[in-house]
Amino acid sequence: MIDYYRQNSDQINGWLGWHARLSALPLLFGLLIALPLGWLARRYRWLYPPVVTVAGLLYTIPSLALFILLPGLLKTRILDPTNVVVALTVYTVALLVRVVADALGSVSEDVLQAATAMGYRRLGRLLKVELPIAVPVIAAGLRVAAVSNVSLVSVAALIGVPELGQLFTNGFQLSYQTPILLGILLSVLLALAFDSVIQLVARVLTPWRRAVPR
Amino acid sequence: MIAEIWNWLSDSAHWHGPDGVPIHLREHLQYSLIALLIAAAIALPLGLLIGHTGRGSFVVVAIANSFRALPTVGLLTFFVILIAPHIHSTGTATYLIPSEIVLVLLAIPSMLTNTYAGISAVDPAVRDAARGMGMRGSQTLWQVELPNALPLIFSGIRSSFLQVIATATITAYVSLGGLGRYLIDGLAQQDYPQMASGAVLVAVLALLIDVLLAAVQRYAVSRGITGRYSRKRIVDPAEQQAMIAAAPLT
Amino acid sequence: MIRFDSVSKHYPDGTVAVDSLDLVAPSGQITVFVGPSGCGKTTSLRMINRMIEPTSGSIWLDDQDTSRIATHELRRQIGYVIQHAGLFPHRTIVDNIATVPLLLGWDRNKARARGRELLERVGLPAHFAERYPAQLSGGQQQRVGVARALAADPPVMLMDEPFSAVDPIARDQLQEEFLRLQNELGKTIVFVTHDIDEAIKLGDQVAVLRVGGRLAQLATPAQLLSEPADAFVAAFVGRDRGYRALGFTPVGELATHDEPTIAMGSALTGAEAADGWLLAVDDQGAPQGWLRLADSRPGADTTVTEDLLHRGGTVAGADASLRAVLDACLSSPSGRGVIVDEAGRLAGTVTASEVLALIERRAPADPNPQPVGGGGQ
Repeated sequence: MIDYYRQNSDQINGWLGWHARLSALPLLFGLLIALPLGWLARRYRWLYPPVVTVAGLLYTIPSLALFILLPGLLKTRILDPTNVVVALTVYTVALLVRVVADALGSVSEDVLQAATAMGYRRLGRLLKVELPIAVPVIAAGLRVAAVSNVSLVSVAALIGVPELGQLFTNGFQLSYQTPILLGILLSVLLALAFDSVIQLVARVLTPWRRAVPR
Repeated sequence: MIAEIWNWLSDSAHWHGPDGVPIHLREHLQYSLIALLIAAAIALPLGLLIGHTGRGSFVVVAIANSFRALPTVGLLTFFVILIAPHIHSTGTATYLIPSEIVLVLLAIPSMLTNTYAGISAVDPAVRDAARGMGMRGSQTLWQVELPNALPLIFSGIRSSFLQVIATATITAYVSLGGLGRYLIDGLAQQDYPQMASGAVLVAVLALLIDVLLAAVQRYAVSRGITGRYSRKRIVDPAEQQAMIAAAPLT
Repeated sequence: MIRFDSVSKHYPDGTVAVDSLDLVAPSGQITVFVGPSGCGKTTSLRMINRMIEPTSGSIWLDDQDTSRIATHELRRQIGYVIQHAGLFPHRTIVDNIATVPLLLGWDRNKARARGRELLERVGLPAHFAERYPAQLSGGQQQRVGVARALAADPPVMLMDEPFSAVDPIARDQLQEEFLRLQNELGKTIVFVTHDIDEAIKLGDQVAVLRVGGRLAQLATPAQLLSEPADAFVAAFVGRDRGYRALGFTPVGELATHDEPTIAMGSALTGAEAADGWLLAVDDQGAPQGWLRLADSRPGADTTVTEDLLHRGGTVAGADASLRAVLDACLSSPSGRGVIVDEAGRLAGTVTASEVLALIERRAPADPNPQPVGGGGQ
């Protein structure tokens, strides 16, 4: 496997880079969209059921189908990586919007009232109190989205998008296990890397969780 | 695009013969159901057992975490290359068996984790009361724990089913039938209407099955639990976990 | 009867939850286990129906050694009520109550009929039968928990802090109704609480346990208040225990004074009272409240109406405890405690100093012989 990697390192590194970008961008976009959306679903209760239902419906669309339908909707080419980014952003938002709404909702009423009583206004309370408390739950949702994104990106190899999935299609066409195993390994490592980074960021953002209760 | 899909779908030629929609739909359902039943036969009893005894929960966590990180396409191509040469048979069995193995592997985690989580999330006071009133272990499991775990078990089955439907689409790439054929063949033939129509069919199928299962769930789960009365919405940590576990892999 | 025969519970980590407990909970009575957290009261209770197995010693149910009865059979003949009721969320109220009868193999219709009967018994409306636990308040759920424990008519009931999770008003009501129910049913009950007031209110006998699972004192509530065995019990029983002990001393023969009264609705003109306070009564002669003549002088033709009355005073029956009579005196705006007969009609009044004289004559001994009574002072 190491030999195979050495011989094709340029190409594989390129695929790895693409893979990382195609997984990471949707995470970023997804979070940026899901945060306000989740807050809205919390703030205006009537929005919660439809938001959760739509999110659930978006989940049901198989990724390959979405990769293929998006070019028709976005007027992009089939091979355009934009399709992958948009599709995975859709999944990420679908996952995170409910997580964000529930996480904000799980902040205890006592804490909210205390914050209000101390004079926080709505926005200040959201940014300084509710969001920080919700960080661990949102981070858990992000970790799942990240790992699932890394796996989903490789599906796009079937329609020819250059990423680690190419190792699977190449290996399959040549009936050659080595590239497939290498692809699985790199993909898992990439997922682990994303997972660790998110955990680390969450840890830095929530120093109080490291305090040992005495 | 909508017109193209409409034209393709309303062309009666696409609804007849060995490459017609009914045949591929049947294949798709067949692959999915076989995998789901085998996976359920493994995951549900195991989840009930682990949840009831509280022993072996690390197995659940390990399986759930490691499977989520495995790329589906990699798994599928790997198993086909590994197993297909050893199957001396004519017809589709060569590709069907390795594909089914992958489908089963992918269907297990959601059902296993949700069943386990559902059982272990039953209020300890309720379990204590059941025991204190003289229920045996099996009576507690069937009469109390299982009915209370049903919502989570159902959501596990639903996400497993979706996972299998989605992955069954990809099996067309390794020469199997199913609705995925239109996507893979359409790509090879540069026939976008065919691809898009196939994609719509798969999406509609997934949606219908999810709606169907949701209806069954509504019927099967006690109203006392679905809380159509409940005055406040509480974020149940187990439900949160189950919802996260439902993230798509394929 | 439940008998603990040098029962101990040790955990592998060295914790001693219960330390060689000897105790008898007599048939038809309420025995309360009370003590601070970690005193092993719940462990002791849960060892009776073998939810927890003792490390050594044995527990007897009448003449049966519980360790020789199959656990599920033992538990089906012992009612079990826990703090958060533990109702089955997926079953309707009536089916929750019918759980044990169904386990015992009763016919479904008979079991549900029994469920409905008990629903009424614990004071819940019949239409609750088809509701689900989530639709009930905490206090209502706890009533259902009691009904469920009673369903198969077990001779023995175990109650683990059944009322501590409900609000104080509902708790008071639950306690009253529980005592009324026990009066009718006469079960052998072991009741666990951390609340000494609840223990004194409900218990026929009270077992005070100390941390480490040792029995500090087993006594009637009155004895516990008047003769705490040691400083720990005295401190646990708490302040005011001298006053609270009066609650267990019947007042006995009480010489009352006639009290001038005024009827509701009659004119105030010409009414006189030595100290300015007049007791208003209704047409049956039941006291309604005190009237201060000074308040109502202005209009000569004023009549006695509700809004003129001071209602702060409590009323004590002729058979009440010294505590109730003393309280009637202390809470009365006129300083005279109102005593009524069985029918609720005015029997007369007494003054606080008369009651105190009575107390001094009745209890010449110091009610608190432990001068080092810890937090009691």
